[in-house]
Amino acid sequence: MTDNSSTLGESLRRQGVTRRGFLKFCTATASMLALPAGMAPAVAAALEKARRPSVIWLSFQECTGCTESLTRSHAPTVENLLFDYISLDYHHTLQAASGAAAEAAREKAMHDNAGKYLLVVDGSIPLGHPGYSTIAGISNLQMLQETAAGAAAVIAVGTCAAFGGLPKAAPNPTGAVSVSDIITDKPIINVSGCPPIPSVITGVLAHYLTFDTLPELDQYGRPMAFFGTSIHDRCYRRPFYDKGLFAETFDDEGARKGWCLYKLGCKGPMAYNACATMKWNQGTSWPVESGHGCLGCSEPSFWDAGGFYKALSIPTGDISRTVGIAGAAGLAIGAAAVGLNRAAKSRAKQQHGTVTVDDLEKTS
Amino acid sequence: MIEPMDFLLWVRGTAFDVSLGIFVIGVVVRFFEIFSLGRAANFAEPRGTEFGPGMRTILTRNIPEAGTFKRQPLTVIAGYVFHIGLLISLFFFVPHIQLFAATFGFGWPGLPTPIVDAAAVLGIAGLLAVLWNRLTNPVMKLLSDKEDYLVWVLTFLPLLTGYLAYHRMVDPYPLILGLHILSIEFFLILFPFTKLMHTFTLFLARWYNGAMHGRRGVES
Repeated sequence: MTDNSSTLGESLRRQGVTRRGFLKFCTATASMLALPAGMAPAVAAALEKARRPSVIWLSFQECTGCTESLTRSHAPTVENLLFDYISLDYHHTLQAASGAAAEAAREKAMHDNAGKYLLVVDGSIPLGHPGYSTIAGISNLQMLQETAAGAAAVIAVGTCAAFGGLPKAAPNPTGAVSVSDIITDKPIINVSGCPPIPSVITGVLAHYLTFDTLPELDQYGRPMAFFGTSIHDRCYRRPFYDKGLFAETFDDEGARKGWCLYKLGCKGPMAYNACATMKWNQGTSWPVESGHGCLGCSEPSFWDAGGFYKALSIPTGDISRTVGIAGAAGLAIGAAAVGLNRAAKSRAKQQHGTVTVDDLEKTS
Repeated sequence: MIEPMDFLLWVRGTAFDVSLGIFVIGVVVRFFEIFSLGRAANFAEPRGTEFGPGMRTILTRNIPEAGTFKRQPLTVIAGYVFHIGLLISLFFFVPHIQLFAATFGFGWPGLPTPIVDAAAVLGIAGLLAVLWNRLTNPVMKLLSDKEDYLVWVLTFLPLLTGYLAYHRMVDPYPLILGLHILSIEFFLILFPFTKLMHTFTLFLARWYNGAMHGRRGVES
């Protein structure tokens, strides 16, 4: 199953990719990773000689959307071939084998490539009860710990693996956690997004094959090259935000003119991702361009960050209700205080005695 | 681990509800306190009306008295600059208007961000000027107590963090947005119990001044 003898260059040539096409891909990859233009030949030379890395892909509490996104990255391109090129030794959605044979493939890959294979994870891990999610009778937690032990690095693909995602949304019934909550002794790279952009994972793989290291990461362990700037800062609708021109509904004049979607709940200001520059579906479009605000799907806890259609500046609770209850409480407390005050005053009035000069002289 | 995102969710959720609750309860109780104290009955024969002069004084006190301006021009100018900058930033920045609209059910048009940005800078500069005045002017220094400095900090932090958040000068954005909202929550919690209450009570005080003088038939 694993032919680790051929290099990436040979494999691509076999599949009919021209030298020119390969160099174009290397240049695009170098620029995508924010490397200087002069690095493109270095990327090409390194990728040319790179050996097939063994990749084990584990899917836990997930919806397969991440796999859908990656396998449906625009076909057939060099990115796709690169993705085909890796030796994907275990992926229970994509592999032909099932049952014991599938698990045997995973164990063989782990054994043959101990310390060298890449582990890709999508989906969160339930800690509430091991039975919430199992594969071949093995709990997600156990399988992750076993497989991560011999991995060179772990790539957490999608917001569920990176941050817990939808399964972790309040009230988190399964006790879902992210990969980095469990694995602490391996380099982890988080490729968040629900789902993440396909080119981002190929970019990360290309970086790993070229430099044998992980790219520069942000504080959430995401590659800076893709998650370094926010959607808001790269949004082509940003000038409308600054001018104060907003769509108020999804079908008003502002929406038709392509004005800013902030008031309709766009979470672009807090979301760090590459959608605004790399776009989706072969660079065709992306959510904001198609008229819908960003959901902030690449951020931790985005499911619990308030309504998708409520502006970012609006608190997540029901503030009108808070004002109403607090106002009523204030009225009650104030009225009670006034009542007590009145009572004290009238008591003082009743006890008020008249004092004459003679009375004062008597006491002194 | 407290992550910026968890922090942002907390200040936008529980913390906002709690601070808003304290603010509303505090302000309402303070008003009860002020009104229930009442005024002693005045048995003197009135020489004029109360209502008209009271309302007029609410407006006329917006113009600083000439003598005050001559003695303390910095207090007057910096005071106005910072209040105007603060009010424009607070009431005409679209994300703020969205918050008011969500609370009260109605909003109003906002201003383009470069104008709000300039107003925020004026507000920050004005606040720095009044602080400098407070620290260097011997009379002001003598008159100032801890509460004055506390109130200055409570007002300054939202403007500063708001400016940093708008210009995205702190990374990651959820952290600075969270700090901005948190600074507002401190402001809301302490508002009813400090001289920040003047935001509302200035109208009562001005009315009372005008009405008192009106009753006596003199100009206020």
